[in-house]
Amino acid sequence: MSSAADKSKNYLNHEKGLWSWLTTLDHKRIGIMYMITVMLFFLIGGIFALLIRFELFSTGGQIVDADGYNRMMTFHGAIMVFMVIIPGIPAFLGNFFLPLHLGAKDVAFPKVNLMSWYCLIIGAAISFFSLFAEKVATGWTFYTPYSISETSNGAILLVLGAFVMGFSSILTGLNFVATTHRLRAPGMGFFQMPLFVWGLYSTAILQIIATPVLAITLLLLAAEKTMGIGFFDPKLGGDPVLFQHFFWFYSHPAVYIMILPAMGIISELITAFSRKVIFGYKAIAFSSVGIAAVSFFVWGHHMFVSGQSQVAGVIFSFLTMLVGVPTAIKTFNWVATMYKGSIQFQSPMLYAMGFLFLFTIGGVTGVMLAVMAVDVHFHDTYFVVAHFHYVMVGGTLMAIMGGIYYWFPKMFGKMYNEFMAQLSFLFIFVGFNVTFFPQFILGAQGMPRRYFDYLPAFEPLNRVSTVGSWLIAIGFLIGLYVIINGLLKGKKAPDNPWGAKTLEWQTSSPPPHTNFHEQPVVTGGPYEFR
Amino acid sequence: MSGHHIIPFSVYRNVLIALLILTVLTVAVAKPVSGFDAGVFNFLIAMGIASVKAGLVLAYFMQLKYDNKLYLAVIVSTVLFLGLLFSVAMIDWATRVPEISTL
Ligand SMILES: [Cu+2]
Repeated sequence: MSSAADKSKNYLNHEKGLWSWLTTLDHKRIGIMYMITVMLFFLIGGIFALLIRFELFSTGGQIVDADGYNRMMTFHGAIMVFMVIIPGIPAFLGNFFLPLHLGAKDVAFPKVNLMSWYCLIIGAAISFFSLFAEKVATGWTFYTPYSISETSNGAILLVLGAFVMGFSSILTGLNFVATTHRLRAPGMGFFQMPLFVWGLYSTAILQIIATPVLAITLLLLAAEKTMGIGFFDPKLGGDPVLFQHFFWFYSHPAVYIMILPAMGIISELITAFSRKVIFGYKAIAFSSVGIAAVSFFVWGHHMFVSGQSQVAGVIFSFLTMLVGVPTAIKTFNWVATMYKGSIQFQSPMLYAMGFLFLFTIGGVTGVMLAVMAVDVHFHDTYFVVAHFHYVMVGGTLMAIMGGIYYWFPKMFGKMYNEFMAQLSFLFIFVGFNVTFFPQFILGAQGMPRRYFDYLPAFEPLNRVSTVGSWLIAIGFLIGLYVIINGLLKGKKAPDNPWGAKTLEWQTSSPPPHTNFHEQPVVTGGPYEFR
Repeated sequence: MSGHHIIPFSVYRNVLIALLILTVLTVAVAKPVSGFDAGVFNFLIAMGIASVKAGLVLAYFMQLKYDNKLYLAVIVSTVLFLGLLFSVAMIDWATRVPEISTL
């Protein structure tokens, strides 16, 4: 069965040709298709980010006028949120590694899995059309009344695109829930699952329950714009704040769709590179579910100053601070895992450490913003911009990068250049702080977000921030070089280069079409180092 | 996996009749049709009838009444989450204090 000829066959050379990829039902190939798609979107969103920072290098217009700036900002936000960070971890790394983590041959519904990729592509096409042809300039939040006024076209198309992409995420979520429940290897109970699976499972619940609200919102927007039924427009008897209720009821849980799987990756990285069993397995597992549950009760923290009642504000303020509890449980457990471990600072671990550092800053500033009185000052300033970039980039993107480097040998059967990977991390980490830390200061000084121009007093720190964005760009270019160079010239990777304990490292690199040469049987926990 | 539960034809027929009667009732209590007017309760009556109809469809046509109770739990939880959205939005409206300019 497992002869030498058998081992040379893997999912990459199992079938050949573009058509075999586009019609594949193999979760690993679908994961790679997501990887390529998401990286492409990240490149486009990143270019817009650089353009935005370049525009803000000095006061006054540099490259675009105010309308052009609004569009660039919308492009950047919509692309990064809906096309990069939401599908980034679950659909790419999750797709590839959930069945491997569970010792399964594939996800529960392989055809639905392929369909979810096409949903993403169709939704992205609709969104790109609305962005480029209809020139939407509402920001990624499409707040009414601007998004339904005559001067603004295409917002409904953009919401439609977001929903079709949301459907992709619902399908992925359904698949993951079914897979986790039904396809675990013999001997693997819920508490023998790797923590990445717990993160994906909690995410899946959010994807299934929260995303449909986006469809309701779309329907109401369309009914208002085409038939003049007053839901959100005060002229028609509607309430603009109602739109924000609908929007954030989905979009706040969406923030946790972005961060929960990232936390799962960090759990894997920290235990693997500390060579030590994870501290507080159950606490980390249940805090994932806890964060998912609490995330449904906090959406109003985006609306403290938009006319929401004070009573609602106080409730939301209190509930939002609660999110800090399960998040801190995770952080302390990660640090406790590293304590007295044999830590190795290879590039995946560097990203995990980067996550701990940056995400903590992002999280703590989040608690600051949850305080209503503080938020009145900080709302819609660069403080908020810095806060959520520390969470989304410092959190999710760090985890994606760490995950890519960690699993690269497994995915492609090659090793990458470790020195260049560390150099890439250095540029991204330093560049990130140079870009976004000044924005905390700018925000506290009162520089409003989403504006095309600013007062001369803000110029020096804005210049620092723009230079930082160039450092990040260099970092990601080096990262791209590491990946391409590794693919083309990388040394052959052993089956388990990191000495990690989860099931995916027990199969060959890259894995065969059916994942495992023999059905694995689980006899202990996922991280039995010592 | 146990087999499909076979529901007798008479059950489907009775549910269909109930749905048709409720549809007629919906039209009958509509103000423009019959002139029936219960003031603020108009909306509640219409929504109440619609909810009973949806419940019948879920229970019999979609067979939730006979199926694994997990599916029922899934449906109920989605309705609860929708209820959460509506109820908290209502709290917001009910407690808003209109701002009166002092200028
Ligand atoms: Cu939020």
